[in-house]
Amino acid sequence: METFIHQVVAGIATGGVYASLALALVMIYQSTHHINFAQGEIAMFATYMAWTLINAGVSYWLAFVCTILLSFSLGVLIQRIIIRPVENAPVLNIVVVFIGLLVILNSIAGWVFTYTIKAFPSPFPKEQPFGLFFISSHELGSIGVTMVLLLLLYSFFKFTPLGLAMRAAAQNPDSSRLVGIRVGWMLALGWGLAAAIGSVAGMMIAPVVFLEPNMMSGILLYAFAAALVGGIDSPGGAVLGGFIVGILENILGAYVIGTELKLSVALVLIIVVLTIKPAGLFGKVIVSRV
Amino acid sequence: MKKRQFALTALCISLIGFALPAAAQKKYDPGASDTEIKIGQTMPYSGPASAYGVIGKVQAAYFKQLNETGGINGRKINFITLDDGYSPPKTVEMIRRLVEQDEVLLTLGTLGTPSNTAIHRYMNTKKVPHMFLATGASKWNDPKNNPWTIGFNPNYHSEGMLYAQHILATKPNAKIAVLMQNDDYGKDYFNGFKEGLGAKAASMIVSQATYEVTDPTIDSQIVTLKGSGADTFFNITTPKFAAQAIRKVSDVGWKPTHYLNQVSASVGSVLKPAGLDVSVGLISMNYIKEGADSRWDNDPTMKDFKALIKKYAPEVSADDGNATYGYAVAQMMVQVLKQAGDNLTRENVMKQAASIKDFQVPMALPGVLASTSPTDFALFQTMQLVKFDGKTWVEFGKPVAVK
Amino acid sequence: MLGLIAACVLPFFISNYHVFQASMVLSYAIALVGMNILIGYSGQISLGHGAFLAIGAYTSAILMDKMNIPYWMTIPIAAFICLVVGFLFGLPALRLEGHYLALATFALAVALPQLLKFKHLEFLTGGVQGIVIMKPDPPWETLFGLKLNSDRWLYFFTLAVTVVMFVIGWNLIRGRVGRALIAIRDQPIAAASMGIDTPLYKSLAFGVSAMFTGVAGALSAILVAFVAPDSFTVFLSITLLVGMVIGGVTSLPGALYGALFIQFIPNIADQISKAAPWAIYGTMLILFMYTMPTGIAGALRLLGEKFRPTRS
Repeated sequence: METFIHQVVAGIATGGVYASLALALVMIYQSTHHINFAQGEIAMFATYMAWTLINAGVSYWLAFVCTILLSFSLGVLIQRIIIRPVENAPVLNIVVVFIGLLVILNSIAGWVFTYTIKAFPSPFPKEQPFGLFFISSHELGSIGVTMVLLLLLYSFFKFTPLGLAMRAAAQNPDSSRLVGIRVGWMLALGWGLAAAIGSVAGMMIAPVVFLEPNMMSGILLYAFAAALVGGIDSPGGAVLGGFIVGILENILGAYVIGTELKLSVALVLIIVVLTIKPAGLFGKVIVSRV
Repeated sequence: MKKRQFALTALCISLIGFALPAAAQKKYDPGASDTEIKIGQTMPYSGPASAYGVIGKVQAAYFKQLNETGGINGRKINFITLDDGYSPPKTVEMIRRLVEQDEVLLTLGTLGTPSNTAIHRYMNTKKVPHMFLATGASKWNDPKNNPWTIGFNPNYHSEGMLYAQHILATKPNAKIAVLMQNDDYGKDYFNGFKEGLGAKAASMIVSQATYEVTDPTIDSQIVTLKGSGADTFFNITTPKFAAQAIRKVSDVGWKPTHYLNQVSASVGSVLKPAGLDVSVGLISMNYIKEGADSRWDNDPTMKDFKALIKKYAPEVSADDGNATYGYAVAQMMVQVLKQAGDNLTRENVMKQAASIKDFQVPMALPGVLASTSPTDFALFQTMQLVKFDGKTWVEFGKPVAVK
Repeated sequence: MLGLIAACVLPFFISNYHVFQASMVLSYAIALVGMNILIGYSGQISLGHGAFLAIGAYTSAILMDKMNIPYWMTIPIAAFICLVVGFLFGLPALRLEGHYLALATFALAVALPQLLKFKHLEFLTGGVQGIVIMKPDPPWETLFGLKLNSDRWLYFFTLAVTVVMFVIGWNLIRGRVGRALIAIRDQPIAAASMGIDTPLYKSLAFGVSAMFTGVAGALSAILVAFVAPDSFTVFLSITLLVGMVIGGVTSLPGALYGALFIQFIPNIADQISKAAPWAIYGTMLILFMYTMPTGIAGALRLLGEKFRPTRS
């Protein structure tokens, strides 16, 4: 029984990792209606920027804030310079550009920082929280951070005029232009925010999995699955999806199918969920009328 | 008539005159000449195994420096190392290019069990020396059927047996948990381990978990293993996952006797990120000098190594076990080529590689000697158990002979 | 026609290594035709076609290794198996749309290597060790007086299979099936109301595209003479997608251009920059998308139109 609880809690902890990256994916989807495959690499690159700052002697929280600002600018720059030329191109062309971006970022990170793993500090204390032994302070802390991000994101989209403008720009660019929304800048803003969220995700993930250029590739798939299970346009759904995927993966691996096939089975289950609820658990079903 | 006869005779005499000295002194196969020796290599510089790319980088630096000091017997080494991304079809393509287009004399330190399996038959059919493979799979020691392939690493199977025998000797009632990477490398270690435990394997191994290289974390596996109540842990993971495992084992409050496979025993690239304090007590096997070990601070080879990477490969860390490993392999290669002298045929190179007599590779631990014979291509015949004391790996017990 | 003649004489002018590379290009081209049918003409998406390369390759390997079936017979068997598997996968999967279908196919690509390593299937698949195959020898020593070796023979074999597959693809696209697929892609609701059995055709398209990719996989297994789970990563599936888009999404010749791209550009990138070759590759991907949004085939077509004399 004890191990079972431990597995579930460990699942929640890894799920938190998936959830934070899933939030970045949702952010970019809600503002551009594209799923950005390069999101993980942007987050990884941002984490390396933080690592460089910390190694140069900057304090953790200062580096944290600087990294968020730097990633935001990076996101905006990428959108304005690289994505804008293909904004109106067919979806597949955009996907290829994302793949190109992914590969470039990964390669440059490997070149500049090498592929050897690096330890990344955690802002949370080393001791177990409240004497609980099956979750570390860091894991608990990162779940907390993810929840804060979720709250911020949700309120931003629901309650602020800017959030509304962004959603409008993504859903209906032409009409949005007619009411005076600067669609181009909304897209750039979306990318900036997604990059910023990604950087936080990266800084929370790196202490657990160790920093290296391929750090995010395994996580991206799970984050993608999490975002879709929860509903790609629902931040809350994405976070819940992350936890579900994390717990599912752990329980399947430990009790049902063994570690050799757990990834496959987890994904199959997710697809089954999607066949029953095609827009995800909390997504909105879009009905297209002829 | 007379003129033709005269010309023919003159031709014959001059031919004999030229041929005799040539036959007596230098012999070359493709890739070797008076001025250079071409060596080919494939290495994962990109993709999931890119952390090992450091090996190729250090070797390239080594040969570059060697060339600047005159090369081997007056010949420069032309080291061509290509990226195969750890994908076997790409390895096949690149090796074919090296052999058929670049016409290298031999290949050195090709990395990865699947990659090497893909080219194994090709190299032996083409009769090109397939040397000092960067993998410890046991199948490379097969001089009867594959006389052109010779491994380098002490093989994983034997290392697994080493740990099993140690457990049987020190803790015969141990309950063992095993974490292994789900591929050839993990399997090889595990099979050796089981074989070492013999009949008791089934009763002693109480829990076994696997993971894929694409998995983000192995937390769940560690939780399962701990939950089995095991008091001994055999950790068959590659560096990134080894660091995660060491950290997680400590985090969950599990204190087993922890055996770590040699591939991930680097202080700099595994134990430091995991935390030196939580790595105390780890047991492993060592055969190469460790950069982070202060015992070797004044050792001439270690000083040369550190100077080399500082000058030619500044992004490489001296603490990285892959770096010192690559250096050791390069040193072994140079020794074999030196032994070959001016007879640089592929056959002779293999002959020299098969007759290494108690050679102390400068970068290997003192006393760990390399020996081969035409019937046994395993370079390192003894293994040394080591334990981590918080700063460095300390030898304990005597070197054990392994097959 | 000219291209075909050139292709036939090619292997006698270039080294064996290049002949091997040319054969690989042809096998990729077949896979990309499969992708074309699914994504270009049928409007679906797949991020997991690497899985069918794997199924085709392993089918061929297992048949040759365990059952001593001659290599040329494995091709149609692999084609049939992939057709069936693709169709069966398509039936449920194609209820999903867009991103969700992408995830489902992605899941397939990720799951397959795990299945291939699964210990209970090891007796068949060789597990993590993979299967080593014997490279077939040419049936004749010479052809029209020119020397044939293993590489050249396999090249001609691959070329023949490629021509056959391209002809099949051409006929499919021009015919009823192709028109139905295009209708479904562009106006799905109208197509359904016209009586086209949409789910059936979509699954059929998936099955057919899987068949093409399976043939390519079987060929690549024979050429490389080795299969292992590590050969079929997620990155391979993504590479197929990239190749198809770069070549030209709804174009048969595009499959060839795309295949040339994915085979040779990484090598060229490696020559340009040893330090970060994939950064060069990525940059080229992006540049190609900027300058040739309809793929290489599309760009060539536009160029051709510029030089064609205008009719008055």
